[in-house]
Amino acid sequence: MKQKEIQPLSKIGSRKKAKLVTIEAGRGLYNRLASMGLVSDVEITVVSNGHPGPFVINVKGSKVMLGRGMANKILVSGCDDEKANSGSGR
Amino acid sequence: MKKLTAALAGNPNSGKTTIFNLLTGSHQHVGNYPGVTVEQKYGVFRYGDYEITFVDLPGTYSLSAFSEEELITRNYIINEKPDVVVDIIDASGIERNLYLSMQLMEMDAPLLLVFNMSDIAEQRGFVFDIKQLSVLLESPIIQMVGNKGQGKQLLLDAVIEIAEKPKEPRLHKINYGDEIEQELEKIEKTLIVEESALVQKYQARWLAIKLLEQDDEITKSITSGRIFAIVTSSVAHLKSIFRENPDIVMAGRRYGYISGACQETIKTTAELQHNYSDMIDAIVTHRIIGLPLFLFLMYLTFFLTFKLGHYPMSWLEHTFDWLGITITGFWPEGSTNWLKSLIVDGIIGGVGGVIVFLPTILILFMMIAFLEDSGYMARAAFVMDRIMHKIGLHGKSFIPMVIGFGCSVPAIMATRILENKRNRLVTIMVIPLMSCGAKLTIYTLIAQAFFPEKLQPWMMWLIYIIGIILAVISIKLLRLTIFKGKSIPFVMELPPYRWPTFKSISIHMWQRGWMYLRKAGTLILGASIILWFAVSYPKPDASSQKMNLEYSIIGRFGKAIEPAIKPLGFDWKIGTALIGATIAKELFVSQMAIAYSVGDSKHDDMSLREKLRAHYTPLTGFCIMLFCLIYAPCVATIAMTKQETNSWGWALFQFFGLTIFAFIITLVVFQIGSLLS
Repeated sequence: MKQKEIQPLSKIGSRKKAKLVTIEAGRGLYNRLASMGLVSDVEITVVSNGHPGPFVINVKGSKVMLGRGMANKILVSGCDDEKANSGSGR
Repeated sequence: MKKLTAALAGNPNSGKTTIFNLLTGSHQHVGNYPGVTVEQKYGVFRYGDYEITFVDLPGTYSLSAFSEEELITRNYIINEKPDVVVDIIDASGIERNLYLSMQLMEMDAPLLLVFNMSDIAEQRGFVFDIKQLSVLLESPIIQMVGNKGQGKQLLLDAVIEIAEKPKEPRLHKINYGDEIEQELEKIEKTLIVEESALVQKYQARWLAIKLLEQDDEITKSITSGRIFAIVTSSVAHLKSIFRENPDIVMAGRRYGYISGACQETIKTTAELQHNYSDMIDAIVTHRIIGLPLFLFLMYLTFFLTFKLGHYPMSWLEHTFDWLGITITGFWPEGSTNWLKSLIVDGIIGGVGGVIVFLPTILILFMMIAFLEDSGYMARAAFVMDRIMHKIGLHGKSFIPMVIGFGCSVPAIMATRILENKRNRLVTIMVIPLMSCGAKLTIYTLIAQAFFPEKLQPWMMWLIYIIGIILAVISIKLLRLTIFKGKSIPFVMELPPYRWPTFKSISIHMWQRGWMYLRKAGTLILGASIILWFAVSYPKPDASSQKMNLEYSIIGRFGKAIEPAIKPLGFDWKIGTALIGATIAKELFVSQMAIAYSVGDSKHDDMSLREKLRAHYTPLTGFCIMLFCLIYAPCVATIAMTKQETNSWGWALFQFFGLTIFAFIITLVVFQIGSLLS
């Protein structure tokens, strides 16, 4: 199922895409993130990965800003095709 | 006339408030939901034979029990049973927005889906097959462009149609997959047997879903031990299959259902590209440019507020002056008639002194509404978060604190932008430490009286900085004691930039301005009369002002507290001024003037300064500044804290907490200072 290596979202560079695997967080926070669209297998586009600070992602068409600590807790697997059409799942 | 209730639900930033404003205009009422600090807005609209009450529910992403807002929304729909639930959806982010709709459907709410901002969605290349989507979701859908006022009629007609139509049971339900469905069925069956009362209120399937999600509130309402046992074993069973909590798996399934529905009915003609919003973000959240840009915008806000506010403020001042003189003219010159004194010194002086700030406050709120509606505030919060996080607060807390430099009252109102209750309370508690405009009058008087000209600006700067440092210390202390708890990791949606509409800004401005005026007419009026009375009575036989003051209620009060404030370097005269200043900080100056019987402080400032210099040391002067910075906020602030926290407890805590804090710090400074000199 998880063909690619799993790494924290914070390692993904700007404009790159990744698939969410899981989030290492308590139930409350995980649920809040899930309600904002961060569920397993969702495709995340990193809009900007500024070192340090602003970590902006695009998930299901809306932009979400994360703290760096948060981005470390979100585990993702890289997408095979980085040029994949954003059309999928929309 | 038939009465209907329609509740507006939707994600934050879905344009819900804009639509609410469009529907109800300025006929809005603001109240609090019972027992909580979240405000409830409602407004009535008459349409044909119907009187529709629109209720603006808090913006939420979901209906879990993890936040107060979500619980309120959920409980409102369950308990109040609105005739229609209008779900406002940002059409350009449809999938994420439909997540809330799914949960509303599961509650079996009579739903109307509103695809808002459909113009932006169109620009982004979305094409909707509304008919098909409506069939799949089993809910009527209308399209709107709320900020351009398009679709109001459609919405009203749809609301009435839904309310009048007999409710049909939903045919489809979200399929959570065999494993979960099996567990749900087991729980449902037991629920019907064991908890028939709850099942009547909530419906078995919804209850079963919430139990499997380990929803705190629903779990608490269950009394049957058998159900607990089943739920516990189901959760354990599902965890072993999915290696994830059932609630997370279920969230994923809901999104799966949405994707399925959207795949067939929504097409994207253009590829979603880097848009202009990203470009602006690259600048405003830039790690080097971001902070200075924010500080500049804050400065600009204040500069424009005071610059533009200056003119209407001086007109109002002149008007009140003229009013005072005119009324004085009704009595012979030099008259000491009590009614004249009450109207001119008490009412016009007190209430007028507050109303003159109204234009400034309106302009400030207009600016803030602009920054908020345009989408910039979310970015500013992010920029400030790096700094604020270190002291345990959210980046957004910075905004009300900055407003606090103008006046604590609007600053406390502005804490409404903070979603987290704990952050909000901490912020409210420390706002009075931000030196407000009224305290500036005290600082000016003292600095000019006791310090050489070269030192004056530095003393002012110092006192402002001390305020900020004390605020930081207080926040830390509060976060470590009363408001313990992990600071919440920063997650926030970045709304797309939008050009705010004049209508929505003016509604914001009006609501806040009206609140301020109402306060001036009630609380300030009452307090002014009381203070006037305390200064004027009881009167000794014809004698001097000075004697008069010593004899008056406030004078006696000052004498009574003298032993307590002596160690701070204060005498009873300063005591009376400190008491007066709890009504409004500006009153410190006028009260000192009365105490030294120099009459109107405005025209005779020089002599007051000289008298102060003759009576007190610079150390006492500095201690006055310090004490005034920290101690009890004015009555208006206390009233606002009470209103916004919905509890006298917090208001009194703020009042006494700050006073004790002021006492300790001033005591230490004065005693050490006396030893050194």
